Amino acid sequence: MRQVYIAGIGQTPVGEQWERSLRHIAHDAIIPALRDAAVERADALYVGNMLSGDLVGQEHLGALVADFVGLRGIEAYKVEAACGSGAAALRTGYMAVAGGLHDVVIVAGVEKMTDTVGRETTAGLAMAADQEYEAAEGVTFVALNALLMRRYMHEYDVPHGAFGYFAVNAHHNAVANPNAMFPSPITLESYRKATMIADPINLMDSSPICDGAAALVLVSEEYARALGAGRRPVRIAASAVATDSLAIHDRRDPLWLDAAYISSRKALQQAGIGREEIDLFEVHDAFTIMAALSLEANGFAERGRGVRLAEEGEITLEGRLPIATMGGLKARGHPVGATGVYQVVEATLQLQGLAGANQVHDANVAMAQNIGGSGATVLTHILIGD
Amino acid sequence: MSVARTWRTRKQRYGLMGERCDYCHNAIFPPRDVCPHCAEPAQREFALSGRGAVYSYTTVFDPPTGFEAYAPYPVALIKLEEGPMVTAQLTDVAPDQVRIGMPVEMVTRKLSEQGDEGVIVYSYKFRPQLQRPALTA
Repeated sequence: MRQVYIAGIGQTPVGEQWERSLRHIAHDAIIPALRDAAVERADALYVGNMLSGDLVGQEHLGALVADFVGLRGIEAYKVEAACGSGAAALRTGYMAVAGGLHDVVIVAGVEKMTDTVGRETTAGLAMAADQEYEAAEGVTFVALNALLMRRYMHEYDVPHGAFGYFAVNAHHNAVANPNAMFPSPITLESYRKATMIADPINLMDSSPICDGAAALVLVSEEYARALGAGRRPVRIAASAVATDSLAIHDRRDPLWLDAAYISSRKALQQAGIGREEIDLFEVHDAFTIMAALSLEANGFAERGRGVRLAEEGEITLEGRLPIATMGGLKARGHPVGATGVYQVVEATLQLQGLAGANQVHDANVAMAQNIGGSGATVLTHILIGD
Repeated sequence: MSVARTWRTRKQRYGLMGERCDYCHNAIFPPRDVCPHCAEPAQREFALSGRGAVYSYTTVFDPPTGFEAYAPYPVALIKLEEGPMVTAQLTDVAPDQVRIGMPVEMVTRKLSEQGDEGVIVYSYKFRPQLQRPALTA
């Protein structure tokens, strides 16, 4: 296998982009990424997206976007793994370059969620769950996470307020991110008073519905050397994915994200590093409960202690394991199929020392984890600054 | 749900019909052709009793399309006596009366209506177990 490097990054502001359609926001991320990498052509384009068919009535995004950015003719298709679609597209691009099939690949994540009204979007997101035996009963994606959170609070005797540290940290980190949807700080008190969506999950436990696109240009080691970038080269040291049952009720232990455990273990083995060497972790905090469960499944905290890590300040930019360093899904925003690519764009900025006010000191190794559904597909990538 | 899908899953929705694995003897719901415990073929039908306990619960305030008329409504994960867990709505109980561990039993109730001319979907819901006097000889 060949080494794979990130040669260029691009991202659009996350939010409600009324004036730009899905193809436009994909363009707005891809063109800057190509410019950043100083390349004009690519061998292939992989588009991560979850809901275009349902919310925009548009499938066939590979050819659509390739043509729209001036790359008509190249290999291109869409990759889908629910909210994990972005990282799934990245893994597809990684395999293409590592396997020696392509030298220059564009990976884009794009989602347009605001062309529909809330209830249609809610029904669309529930497609990440089991349609016949979860969603069919009127159970929303938020409700599924609420079921996990209630059980967690019961089993580990954790009060709801303790989860607030995740939301406060995410909003704090979003303030200096020009692409974040909510660049505004919140307090533990405003967290506690937020509107209830599906108890115990309130608005401040949840990531927002939004539009956004992010893009990466991946190149082989040889190509990276030829480009001779002035910036620190960032290598994809590991790419791993694992799956679990779609439905929560089919898991032996709903509070254990087995696919997160397996994919991060595989990724650490591939990178040849220990967990303690990770300097920052872009976590899939779609809900505060997901942040806690992933910290535990990844071995950063013991079972039932993920929330404690947040309470003790270990997850802040100055802490032992900074998470959601540019706002995370909660405050940067969660344009579902684009999120996995945003995470890696942000981790790249950290490793290149370009994260501005949010720069994690001495950042050399970053982990990004993108979760599809309530843990059914989990993709882990490890980046190392060479 | 489409008419065909509603029809196809009628045994599950009306009778909680699952399977029992011939190899490892675990009960399975919903039915899935391959046993999730031992990966052997699972084809033998087995009706679950419908009795179980609340594993976790919540209330949906922000419903998806098709469920607007019913919100807010309580939903739960139910751990059935025979082992499988099922995701379902709760009924005949106020949301603030629900507790983890509460014994519940399956009943058949209307799940949704799809307009004036669409199908009316019935499904399992779970209610607190009724206290029945023990039978004496």
